Amino acid sequence: MSSADWVAELRPAARDRERAIGELYVLLLRAARAEAARRGPRLGIAGAELDDLAHQAAGDAAVAVLAKLDQFRGESRFETWAYKFAILEVAQKTTRHAWLRAAPRGNGDDWEALPDRFGFSPSEASEWREMFSELRRAVQEELTAHQRRVFEAIVLQDVPLDVLVVQLQSSRGAIYKTLFDARRKLRAALVAKGYMNGVGSER
Amino acid sequence: MTGREPLWQFLTVNPFDAGCAESFAMLDRYAERVLAGDAESWFPDVAAHLHVCATCAEDLRGLLHLIRETS
Repeated sequence: MSSADWVAELRPAARDRERAIGELYVLLLRAARAEAARRGPRLGIAGAELDDLAHQAAGDAAVAVLAKLDQFRGESRFETWAYKFAILEVAQKTTRHAWLRAAPRGNGDDWEALPDRFGFSPSEASEWREMFSELRRAVQEELTAHQRRVFEAIVLQDVPLDVLVVQLQSSRGAIYKTLFDARRKLRAALVAKGYMNGVGSER
Repeated sequence: MTGREPLWQFLTVNPFDAGCAESFAMLDRYAERVLAGDAESWFPDVAAHLHVCATCAEDLRGLLHLIRETS
């Protein structure tokens, strides 16, 4: 079916819309299953559990495609455009499922583990201890409460973006923008103290 | 050079970064341009975002996988 045919047959006034919606669901379920199979092993999800998530994702993706049909401009193939909604739903559902099922996180000091997260060896972490102290001070004193919460969740506690979206009842875009602004403030704080001289390049 | 480099890269924002919402809106077109070999020149702001956002980059990998599997 061509992209134009998909759009015409999914329109609310289309004569055989129910059949077209059924075909859309089949398309999205195939996509959701493929994406779930790609992501599942890394997240430790398999079998009926994974297939159930794929079905849920296909259903929610179909709702999204129908709701946003007017936004499709034919600038890509309809299938490619529709697939991305299945991808998004699978990404969110599998990530949240795996996170909720995971064992409770340890109570270790997240700041102590930060140097290792950024690839500092133990001796480098010791050498740059004051820089991390400055970073911690900037997080506490220069970020807003919301920026600090997002930074700590994503950078210190490794909370996936799609999990934080639910926890904060927000969106990927809003959380990313919050972290974007926090990164900019923290970089400025380290530059002001001379910790980043000679590293990387300015943009 | 020490481990400062990855930390620096993380803290250095790109003002042309499209962000998650705009990148998702363009992801279908971007993926098809990836297969044509010229996505970064068509959508440099989306490319900038995908270089730093692991979540959206993983979505792109999934979309490319699907397109290749079904075409």
